[in-house]
Amino acid sequence: MLEIRNLHAKAGDKSILRGVNLKVCAGEVHAIMGPNGSGKSTLAQVIAGRDLYEVTEGEVLFEGKNLLELSPEERAREGIFLAFQYPVEIPGVSNLYFLRTALNAVRKHRGLEELDVVDFMELVKQRVKLLGMNEALLERPVNEGFSGGEKKRNEILQMAVLEPRLAILDETDSGLDIDALKAVAAGINAMRSPERAIVVVTHYQRLLEYVEPDFVHVMAEGRIVRSGDKELARELERQGYSWLEEEEALAGESRT
Amino acid sequence: MSAAVTGTPAGQEAWLAAFAARERRLANECPWWLQGLRRTALSRFAELGFPTTRVEEWKYTNLAPLARTVFEPAGPLAPGDRRPSSWVETIGGAVAWTVNGILGAASAGRDFSIGSLRAAWQETPELVQRHLSRHAVFDRHAFVALNTAFFEDGVLLRIRDGAVLDQPLVLVHYVSGNGDTPLACHGRTLVLAGRNSQASIVEAWVGPDGLVYLTNSVAEAVLGEGAVLEYVRLQLEGDKAYHFSALHARQGRSSSLAVHTVLLGGALTRSEIGSVLAGEGASTVLNGLYLARGDQHMDNYTTLDHAQPHATSVELYKGILDGRSTGVFHGRIIVRPEAQKTDAIQRNRNLLLSPDAVINTKPQLEIYADDVRCTHGATVGQVDADAIFYLRSRGIAHREARRLLTLAFAQEITDRINPASLRERLNAELVVRLDPIEE
Repeated sequence: MLEIRNLHAKAGDKSILRGVNLKVCAGEVHAIMGPNGSGKSTLAQVIAGRDLYEVTEGEVLFEGKNLLELSPEERAREGIFLAFQYPVEIPGVSNLYFLRTALNAVRKHRGLEELDVVDFMELVKQRVKLLGMNEALLERPVNEGFSGGEKKRNEILQMAVLEPRLAILDETDSGLDIDALKAVAAGINAMRSPERAIVVVTHYQRLLEYVEPDFVHVMAEGRIVRSGDKELARELERQGYSWLEEEEALAGESRT
Repeated sequence: MSAAVTGTPAGQEAWLAAFAARERRLANECPWWLQGLRRTALSRFAELGFPTTRVEEWKYTNLAPLARTVFEPAGPLAPGDRRPSSWVETIGGAVAWTVNGILGAASAGRDFSIGSLRAAWQETPELVQRHLSRHAVFDRHAFVALNTAFFEDGVLLRIRDGAVLDQPLVLVHYVSGNGDTPLACHGRTLVLAGRNSQASIVEAWVGPDGLVYLTNSVAEAVLGEGAVLEYVRLQLEGDKAYHFSALHARQGRSSSLAVHTVLLGGALTRSEIGSVLAGEGASTVLNGLYLARGDQHMDNYTTLDHAQPHATSVELYKGILDGRSTGVFHGRIIVRPEAQKTDAIQRNRNLLLSPDAVINTKPQLEIYADDVRCTHGATVGQVDADAIFYLRSRGIAHREARRLLTLAFAQEITDRINPASLRERLNAELVVRLDPIEE
């Protein structure tokens, strides 16, 4: 479904991704872990099309299409969804209006009829219930004045409504109390399906106790340096990332 | 040579000649005091001339092209000419309209009347004399002086003491003309809101595209003790119009005035809103929205004069500027020595949609009392790139994302406007006007 080959990207003069290789197939759940500054969030944003980053080398294929040639909105309509680490507040635009505009843009692209208000409300209310969200948040401006947990749940709600083929969750677990974490995890698990891939970007192993990954990758210095199964996540939890950095440093020294 | 050009431009000479030409006729129609007022106003205008950009209050608005233009006073609609119309008349309420400053249709109910000012100065001269030109003072103001010298009719809106009106009073000013001669139209409005009355007024200016004309409109509003007045002012002028409008309000004790100004049309606009909070515990809300595109220039000048204690004012002006348009916000707040416990908040926010658009924003606080709270703030920015990306990442097209965010910015002002029929129509108008904005 998603194939990343030797991806290099920089922000301004600073090179952040230095040769990422990753293959994700439909039905799989991948976790990308790594210390702060390892490039995990950049990778997520580059896949979604953020123009703060310039891709200097490599390619990203999504279902055989060259993703890097598509605008962010085209990527979203093709079925890519990024749950933001820091969801943006949009005063003056109601959550409902936003969701419906987004859903209809995606549906139109897929050759489906636009949903009218009645059908749309039915869909949204069902998803809201699933996530244990407060329905009142729907009428409020997007993320404005939402608590940290409400913002993250709102991201998951958007995912549940838009039903992407590939969902990338960028630190969706950060700043959540245990109830919110469980609710978010339940939302993610409800989205697991043989047609859909999920990439969970996280600093901690905590979320992975509730969302079991098929593969775990460790990023450091802009590359995936280690891949394994869920055992790798537990290992990281026990040992932290310092051993990795030492290994990298050694590898770096031997390279020079 | 240059003194002749800047000192007495052709346009200014033409004003004096135009006044002389109609003085005799007006003298027959006006009471002596009004004719005296006109003469004083004209000679004051002759002394003042149009302000140059060297005058602080006009620093960012260049009137040279206006001062050079020779305008002909607009006359009444010719018999058989179709009168203009606009959607503003369809929002519901009691509707009256003027064409070229002359009242065309009046309206009256049990508790209110919208009638001709000329009829009023003939029938109830004491009432008019007591208020007219008392609040919009022309000593230091060329446009008010010119208006006072030239207005032929106008509109008197009266709201009875204690009346609570359940529908808005809608007043639409049309300019109508054809041909190549620039027209000048000096509309005059006098609002008398009785004690403990509650009402809302929607005043709109509408003119044709392609016609060069000058709207020079002056409104005075007197709010009695405890009066509550919502006052919506919509500038929907044609694309070649010069629009000058001034509202000068005087508020009695515990009265409450909310003015919502929306500027959309015209080539050059100067909108002045001023209120004297002359009674203890008065409150004023000034909301403004200006949307300038192409080469439009929009200048907002507001004055809140806190003259008595315990009064509050809250001001929020928002500007959207695209193309090569320019905007000005100049907000004056005066707190007189007696006006202790004044609470005044002023905010001006601007969204620049184009690298060539310019906004000049200037707060001017003159505080002579010590126990007061006055805050002000101004921002100038672009559409938030993070918000754009967020919307795009959900499948919403770039253009649509920009439009959505710009509309949301504007709707913070329009959301406060009543009735709902007007609010919805205005929002639709914004959608249309924002649509051609290019990336």
